[in-house]
Amino acid sequence: MRRAFIISIPYLWLVALFLIPFAIVFKLSLSDPAVAIPPYVPTLDLSTGWTGFKDFLSQLDMENFIWLTEDNLYWKAYLSSVKIAFFSTVFTLLIGFPIAYGMAQAPKEWQATLMMLIILPFWTSFLIRVYAWMGILSNEGFLNQFLLWTGFISEPLQIINTNIAVYIGIVYTYLPFMVLPIYATLEKLDPSYLEAAEDLGCSRTSAFWSVTAPLSKPGVIAGCFLVFIPVVGEFVIPSLLGGSRTLMIGKVLWDEFFSNRDWPVASAVAVILLLILVIPIILFQKQQERAQEAES
Amino acid sequence: MKRFTLFNITSLTLGFAFLYVPILILIIFSFNASRLVTVWAGFSTKWYGKLLQNEAFLDAAWVTLKVGILSSCIATVLGTAAAMVMVRSGKFFGRTLFSGMIYAPLVMPEVITGLSLLLLFISLGVERGVMTIVLAHATFSMCYVSVVVSSRLVSFDQSLEEAALDLGCSQFDAFKSVTLPIIAPAVISGWLLAFTLSLDDLVIASFTTGPSATTLPIKIYSAVRLGVSPEINALSTLLIGAVTIGVITASLVTKRAAVHRKRHEEMARQAEG
Repeated sequence: MRRAFIISIPYLWLVALFLIPFAIVFKLSLSDPAVAIPPYVPTLDLSTGWTGFKDFLSQLDMENFIWLTEDNLYWKAYLSSVKIAFFSTVFTLLIGFPIAYGMAQAPKEWQATLMMLIILPFWTSFLIRVYAWMGILSNEGFLNQFLLWTGFISEPLQIINTNIAVYIGIVYTYLPFMVLPIYATLEKLDPSYLEAAEDLGCSRTSAFWSVTAPLSKPGVIAGCFLVFIPVVGEFVIPSLLGGSRTLMIGKVLWDEFFSNRDWPVASAVAVILLLILVIPIILFQKQQERAQEAES
Repeated sequence: MKRFTLFNITSLTLGFAFLYVPILILIIFSFNASRLVTVWAGFSTKWYGKLLQNEAFLDAAWVTLKVGILSSCIATVLGTAAAMVMVRSGKFFGRTLFSGMIYAPLVMPEVITGLSLLLLFISLGVERGVMTIVLAHATFSMCYVSVVVSSRLVSFDQSLEEAALDLGCSQFDAFKSVTLPIIAPAVISGWLLAFTLSLDDLVIASFTTGPSATTLPIKIYSAVRLGVSPEINALSTLLIGAVTIGVITASLVTKRAAVHRKRHEEMARQAEG
């Protein structure tokens, strides 16, 4: 009885505010836009009973999805979002792994401080951290001034409003999400395994590849999911650092919703984005559950 | 044993420089006398003065604080309950769905969460404002709280709670006087996480707010889209300062609590012996 009560409160909360909203998005993606408040038809009107419900069903159609497939912009935006997310995940891993490794190898008395230094930017506002790069990457910005001063370049590079700026912004803001899970697995790694490998004649490099790398796999996988999935739908970074040629689906959805006020198309964009992400999200959930079971 | 090698020192130095130099530049240029953010023209604190006279920012800060406190408290209660369910309840009907709803919001793109919640509020006919942002923030941050608290609960020796039950505690009393004090550090850091997530959020707040409530990130975003300005640098510096002090204090407090607990355990052991 009490157990059922404790289960039901968070359960019902999530069903009401997480699951049901998706059902509404799905429904709206099959509706037609209208100049009204809210700006779409049909709305489900239960006061007219069964005929009202039948009318409602008959007005639903796949028009918005057909529209999405016919307009090249959307396909390109989905593809380029997945591409940007994939490459930024790879870059974040390449930069994050050595940091996590260095932290795990550091003397014990240093580890708490290093951990704090990784977490601190993570607690600092995302928006502010993206904003910090606007000042650095702009044409008169810090980086260009520095490069001009050293004489590497003779005129400012166009970095802001390009995909390069978007990559820098993503790697920068998502780095802690990659470092923390990898550090967590590396820190638990028993150093005697490495000693054993070296005693058995492994070089340090081959000991790394045959012991450390495979044992850090759960952390690497968790880190990659934590970066890849949200980046596919990222809005703030492409909107502030990217230019008109940066196509990312999160920004398309935002513009469709706030500028064009076409809610049904925005919902259809969201439904397809969700379909793309549903497999990675399920894999992430399974992986997290396994990690928790391994812990207990 | 564990030591700094050249490779490790290099990767740590470069890594932390990458993380901190942009923030340092931002802070330095908030004290710049010139309106041009990239040219240094001498030390000045005038942008801080300007900021404190800006009513719109102060109002937005107040709304943000209200939303943050309310939503993080709701999220902490719900998230702790969800963690208890995840770790303790074993199998029950719909467990996979439940754990899916806990983990999915951690990675769900914010534009989807924001859009779906807005459509929910509209179809319910709820007037949008502070309360709708609170509900939205509580929903996604409870999942973070739940993950933080679960990781403490799985390493928790359940026999302690069973002992309390054997000694005649009611289930609620056992939770209150045994479980809660032990998981308290995780609950507190869960609350802090929920609070900062709420302070930080732009996308979900933009979707779920109405004309009556503007949060600080919404305000900052609309100012920043026009370009870099020293006032925003000053505001960012104040926020970074507040977060830094908060995080360091929290970590000192939990460290001290850990030392205290160890001493109590030591004393209990001596009393036994």
